[in-house]
Amino acid sequence: MSNVYVIGGGESKYGELWDRSLREIAVEAGLKAVENAGIRTKDLNAIYMGNSLGGLISKQEHLSALMSDYAGIASEHVPSMRIEASTASGGAAFRQAYLSIKSGEHDVVMVGGVEKMTELYGTEIIDITSSLVDREWEAFNGATPAAVAALSARKYMRDFNVKKEALAAISVNDHANASLNENAQYRNKITIEQALSATPIAEPLNLMDCAPMTDGATSVILASEKYLKEHGTKGVRIMGSAISQGPFALHSRKSFYTVEPTIISTKKAMEQANIKHKDISFVEIHDSYSIYGLMALEDLGFVEKGHASEMVENGIGINSNLPVNPSGGLKAKGFPYGAAGVSQIYETYLQLSGKAGKRQIKDATCGLVHNMAGSGAASVVHILGVD
Amino acid sequence: MGELSRMWREMPSRYRMQGDRCGNCDQVYFPPREICPVCHRDSIGKMKDVDIDGAGEILSFTVVHEAPPAFLRQKPYIIALVKLKEGPVITGQIVDTLPEEIDIGTKVRSVFRKISEDGKSGVIHYGYKFVPE
Ligand SMILES: [Zn+2]
Repeated sequence: MSNVYVIGGGESKYGELWDRSLREIAVEAGLKAVENAGIRTKDLNAIYMGNSLGGLISKQEHLSALMSDYAGIASEHVPSMRIEASTASGGAAFRQAYLSIKSGEHDVVMVGGVEKMTELYGTEIIDITSSLVDREWEAFNGATPAAVAALSARKYMRDFNVKKEALAAISVNDHANASLNENAQYRNKITIEQALSATPIAEPLNLMDCAPMTDGATSVILASEKYLKEHGTKGVRIMGSAISQGPFALHSRKSFYTVEPTIISTKKAMEQANIKHKDISFVEIHDSYSIYGLMALEDLGFVEKGHASEMVENGIGINSNLPVNPSGGLKAKGFPYGAAGVSQIYETYLQLSGKAGKRQIKDATCGLVHNMAGSGAASVVHILGVD
Repeated sequence: MGELSRMWREMPSRYRMQGDRCGNCDQVYFPPREICPVCHRDSIGKMKDVDIDGAGEILSFTVVHEAPPAFLRQKPYIIALVKLKEGPVITGQIVDTLPEEIDIGTKVRSVFRKISEDGKSGVIHYGYKFVPE
């Protein structure tokens, strides 16, 4: 079976883009990716779009076909579809694209991720984002995604005697890295003290523990080994790819701070890549809430359950042993739900091809990407590396 | 809106906390399930209605300050993971108390209450909440 490579990417600015539409930012990212990868749109065998909430926020479905049309390529009849897996839509779409090349069916495929989240006024968006938890048995009773994350946080902090500072450190690191990313939504650095004193959202979590509402789109181009050889193109190899499911609602899980799908996907992806944790140069983790960042570092296997706070205290910055979220992460680069997974892949591609500019990690040869659905109903893990 | 058939369908579970007991392994499920995740196909046709007593214990809790429209009038409110006497853990509100007066381990009991309101002229949803024993 063919090796599969990421050969380019592009994205819109991340932030509150009130003057720009869903289709505009998706098309911008797609065309930038095509240009960056040095392909032409007629080379595309397929397009997979990751999007989570377009139907509920913009009342627009079938985004993949709409984007193709507005990219001006309707006449090229490129097969396209939207993949939805909540906040892991981007990672899931990337995996579908990977599989389609791995199978031998395709040679060049685009993955797009897009979300337009600042379209609505007031608190309606909180009801809409509550579709990523169980509508009938969590959200019906008033539980929001932040509330569900807070339930994990309180139990975790109590059981392992972890202080709020450890959670805050995840957000502080994201902001520090985002200050070096010109596409990021929040480029201001924050201190632990500022992170600790922000407005409460769902106690013990406050505004600085929660990734923001973001408009943004990112696209990447994948290609087969055959295509690379024929065109003399360079790329970053997809060494491992896995997605797995677990119980949907937090209350159905054996542990309230363990995401089994992350553990299982990591194991599968690392076996495929045939690597050990020490071989990984950096990680992009799904820290939609700061507590999920600590949980991810543990479930990914970098540290024992309950000990991520020690790892975070020892440093997770760009010059540390294991840099976390060089992009700025979900908290500070931004969190457009369906685009987040593609955004993490794009950052990993940039780092591994030495194109990450001011935030370039030295000697980066292998990156792990973790994209989670909701409170952990599914996790997608990808491992990318240089040949 | 458009939720009337769903509300009607869910009444036994929301109003009386009706769950399911697996006839194969005896495990109790709430919210109700038609297939036991332990026994799989051996449970098909053997899931029997069971009324949940409503006594339980708080496993974790949060105070929600940022709420969706249907809950704005209640905020800040407490959401908890409650482990029921029969075994299942569910997500629900803790009421008639203050955050300072509860903790992980606090014993609670279910009460029948208004859950939310869909706007001024909208549908009112009822169901279970919990109060400290
Ligand atoms: Zn059973």
